[in-house]
Parts: sequence; structure tokens; C-alpha cells
Amino acid sequence: MSAVATSTADRPAVRATVRRRPIRPARVILHIFLIAMAGVWLFPLVWALFTSLRPYADTATHGYISWPSSIGLANYATFVDQAQLPLYYLNTLVVVIPGVVLTLLLASMVAYACTQYSWRFNLIVLMLFTAGNLLPPQVIIVPLYYLYLHTPIPYLGEFDLGTFSFAFFSDNNLLYDQYIGIILIQVVFQTGFATFVLSNYMKTITKEITESALVDGANVFTIWWSIILPLCRPALAAMATLLFTFMYNDFFWALVLMKSGAKRPITTALNNLQGEFFTNNNLIAAGALLACIPPIVVYILLQKQFVSGLTLGSTKG
Amino acid sequence: MRRRRRYSVLTRRDKVLLLLMVGIPLALDVILIWGPTITSILLSFTDWDGLSDLTSKNIIGLKNYVFLFTGYTLFWPAVAHNVIWLAWLALIATPIGILFAVLLDRDIRGTRIYQSVFFLPVVLALAVVALIWEIQYTPTDGFINNLLGNAKTSHPIDWLGDPHINLYAALVAASWRHIGYVMILYLAGLKSVDPSLREAARVDGATEAQTFFNIVLPVMAPINVVIVVVTAIESLRAFDIAFIINQGKNGLELLSILITSNSVSEATLVGRGSAIAVVLLVISLGPIIAFLSRVMRQNA
Repeated sequence: MSAVATSTADRPAVRATVRRRPIRPARVILHIFLIAMAGVWLFPLVWALFTSLRPYADTATHGYISWPSSIGLANYATFVDQAQLPLYYLNTLVVVIPGVVLTLLLASMVAYACTQYSWRFNLIVLMLFTAGNLLPPQVIIVPLYYLYLHTPIPYLGEFDLGTFSFAFFSDNNLLYDQYIGIILIQVVFQTGFATFVLSNYMKTITKEITESALVDGANVFTIWWSIILPLCRPALAAMATLLFTFMYNDFFWALVLMKSGAKRPITTALNNLQGEFFTNNNLIAAGALLACIPPIVVYILLQKQFVSGLTLGSTKG
Repeated sequence: MRRRRRYSVLTRRDKVLLLLMVGIPLALDVILIWGPTITSILLSFTDWDGLSDLTSKNIIGLKNYVFLFTGYTLFWPAVAHNVIWLAWLALIATPIGILFAVLLDRDIRGTRIYQSVFFLPVVLALAVVALIWEIQYTPTDGFINNLLGNAKTSHPIDWLGDPHINLYAALVAASWRHIGYVMILYLAGLKSVDPSLREAARVDGATEAQTFFNIVLPVMAPINVVIVVVTAIESLRAFDIAFIINQGKNGLELLSILITSNSVSEATLVGRGSAIAVVLLVISLGPIIAFLSRVMRQNA
């Protein structure tokens, strides 16, 4: 609708450009193709939004392809009130925030040590991290599951917030079924990827900086923290955005390494919601959209960081 | 010479600090990633049930593998599904992503908007992608059947339940995400191609297609490796979409899903699941080595 409006409004301007550069038929066909494709791409999301806003009774009587007789947020309210959705968001947050911070710290330490100093094993270390991240997680899941079941972790009290409680460090004295266990595997798995990208970035920083700081008497830890990390700010911002999305979107680790439904992060919790709450398409749509709001918001706000994070690893490598 | 001078500046404390900075992350990586990888291989030679103590009596040699290849009815279908997944992504989704990148790489109006639209599904979790497509596919209430007009008939198409078509329905959902990913990687590669190369080709009278296949594509060799690796790894990792649809049964069996369904939670066939994990590992080594050798070449 708005496209029609603008095209008529812009006509004089279009005419003016036409005179300078004639419209080539190939360009018109290209735009028609791209607009059609963009429509196809957006349609599943638009359809989900449309379905989620309609009460089930409305779609049941009039069919799903029909003009809505009423529209509202009732389906969303179901998740917030009955399915305890805020709890699942909190579960995600306590995993993802420490996860991103720890991953950046560990990965930047390895990348720093392997790019600013010449060791004999530099390349091997980088290879181990990179290759580890490329493995399908299912390759390591069986031993990991039994490792988690048999690793004792102390219980040192907990932090309570109504229905949500975060145990330091384990409330069953195991690594299994604990936030800390999910944080740990997410951090270690993603450190592989982050190390690869950050080391590519740090290679572009001249070693002279580190050398002269050493001559001035700084120790290697200080150089990492107060010289190298600030220089890497763009790469760290890009990685933080990307890691947030990766960890938020992860479905697999908590599915296998966590048993309590009430502790599972939102993406994995979608699997539990299936039986009880996803009883019709309207509710599925609302649940799916609620789960993808945070990454979409991050993407809209930080699109540049997001894309540069993905491409840093592939082009400079 | 320079190298020696730098090391002389490092004090003993510096060396210990550096060792810790690499050593702690490396230890975690070895304990949680490489240790389990090796253990998977070892467990694949046993019939351990995950509950009793693991003793030398559990060692059964290659029996798990023999059973996988000759007796386990779900194994070859799962291999076939993974191969179809890979072929679909490699031959259909990836070329579409490259096509989008090539089309959007010129200075056309709104290229940023098109890019954002095609990239949008990439930020979504695969589990969410599966749910968003589920409401397209459900037999009586889904959009597709209502559009085709068979939703209210006695035999609506069961896109996700029919084992002959549900793999392809899942692949359409997976492609929705994969295409945008390939597009953005390829666009970054195209931007790094020196524009004067293309200009020279144009001056010499090459068509756009000739320029792409003879000039751009060869220059893009490094990014092509990345895209091949990403496509292969994504296909081998495929799990979430199939699991959300029907827990990976009835036409959606995949190697990754057979590992968990045999060996974790209530399942007790640890040896068999580990053997499947080893098969998946061996296949994964192909793209992993391809990627590492590219990194090696660039560091050399």
C-alpha cells in the first residue's frame, strides 16, 4: 500500500532521473524479483504475527485465512501468566550474560598470547580451539553427559528471587542439571569460535606495541588488559553481539544436560511448552515470537556489529 | 634476532602468566571438548549401559559398528537423510544465497533493506524457525494447505507427518535461514574483490556473467572454502528442526539425533550411540581439515 503511495508521489522525481539515465528493463525485472523474494522471506514471520494476534475461537470458526473479527494479546498473556515465560527469560539471562563475558575473556587471552608472542605451539593451540568449535556438538555429548552426571560440585547457598533461584554452584552436588554446567559448556564451545575471530583481528595489531610496553616494564597481563583489549573494542563488540545470539539460540546443551524444565533457558523450554501449551497454531505463533524478540531486537539495534562479527572470521582468516 | 630480544624482555613471572592465560582455556577445551571426543571413540568399542561400572568385560570390539552397518534399521536411513540434507543445502540453498549476494552487490536502490530482510531469519534459533514453519505446514490449520484448498478435505497433505515429504519440508525451513547466512558471507567476500579487476574486465568487453565466472569466482576462492565448510558443518549438525518437529522420527532420523536417542537420558545403549558419534566425527573431519588447511596456508 505504501509502495503505491510513494510511487505516485515520487513520479516527478522519477521522471527527472529517467531523463538522465534511462530505466533498463533488466533493473526493473531485478527489482520485481527482489521484492517478490523479500515478500516470501518475510511472510512466515508476518503470518506468525497475524496468527498470534487472533483468538483461537476466531480462527476455528472462520478459518486461518480470513479477516480477523478480533485482535488482541490474549495468546501472549497465556505464556506470561500460565507458562511462566519471565522465568525462562531469566534462566537464559543467567546463562548468557556470564557466558558472553567469560568467553570474551578466555578467548581474548588465548588470542593475545598466540598472536603477540611467538611460541612454538601457537598454531597448534589455535587449531585445537578452531577445530573444537567446528565439531558437531552431538559428537561429544555422550561422554559429556556422563561426565556431568559424575562430577561433584559443591553447594554453597543460593540466590533466590521468587520462583527463580540460582544455586552457588550446584543444588544437587553435580554439574548435571545446573546453570553452571550449561554456562561452562557454552563458554568452552564458543571460546573456540571467538578465539579464531579475535586472533585474526589481533594479527593486524603490530607486535611493536607489546614489545615497547614490555621494555617499559609492563607485565604481560597488564598489556592484555589495558593495551590490547581496548584496541580490540570493535571486534569485542561484534563478538559480544554474535555470542549473545548464539548462546541465546542454543537449544541442544540444555536439552541434554538439564533435566528440570523450570531451569531451562527459553529456547530449550520451547520443547517443554510443546506438549502443554502449543495446543493450537495461535499459541505456537505467540510462543515462537516471544522467544525470538530478544535476538531480533539485538539484530535491529546492532546490525553492523552482528554482520561484522560473522564476516570477520571468514574474510580475514 | 628480533624474536630472541623479545623473549629476553619477558620475566619469569611474565612467562608463567602467559602460560596460565593459554593454559586455563586450553585445559577447559581439552577436558570438555577433546577428552569427550576421544572418550566417544573408546566407548564405541563397549556395550556399557551407562549405569553399572565400566569394566574390561564391557569391551566388545567392533560389534557396535557391525550392528550399525548391517542390523540397525535406522542407521542407513539416517545417513541418507544427512546426505540429502547436505545435498539440498549445497546444491539449492547455497547457490540461492550466492545469487542473492551477487544481485545485491551492485549499487541498486534499497540493497540494504533487501539484505536485512534476507538476513533476518539467521538471527533466529533453529528451534524457533521450526515452530514458525510448523504453522505453515500443519494439515488442517496450516497456511499452505489452506491456500492449496486441501485443508478441509478428508486427506490434507501432512507435510510434517508424511515420511516421504517431511524431510523436504524441514529443509525448506532450514534453507530459509541458511540462504541469508551464505548471502552475508558471500557479500563480504565480494566487497573484498578489487574493483579495478572488474573494471578491467568490463573495458576488455567481458559480459557480467563472464566477469563473475572468470574473474570474481577465482579471486573468491578463500571465501568459497568457508562457504563449503559452513554448509557441510550445518548439515552434519542438523538436529533442532527435526527434534522440534517430531523428535527426529518417521522420516526425520538424523545421525545427530540417533546419538542422543540411543545413549543419554533414559536410553542406555551408550556403546551404540558412541559408535554413531564416531561415524559423525569421521565425516566431520573432512570439512574441518579443509578449513584448517586453509587457515594453515594463510598463516604460512
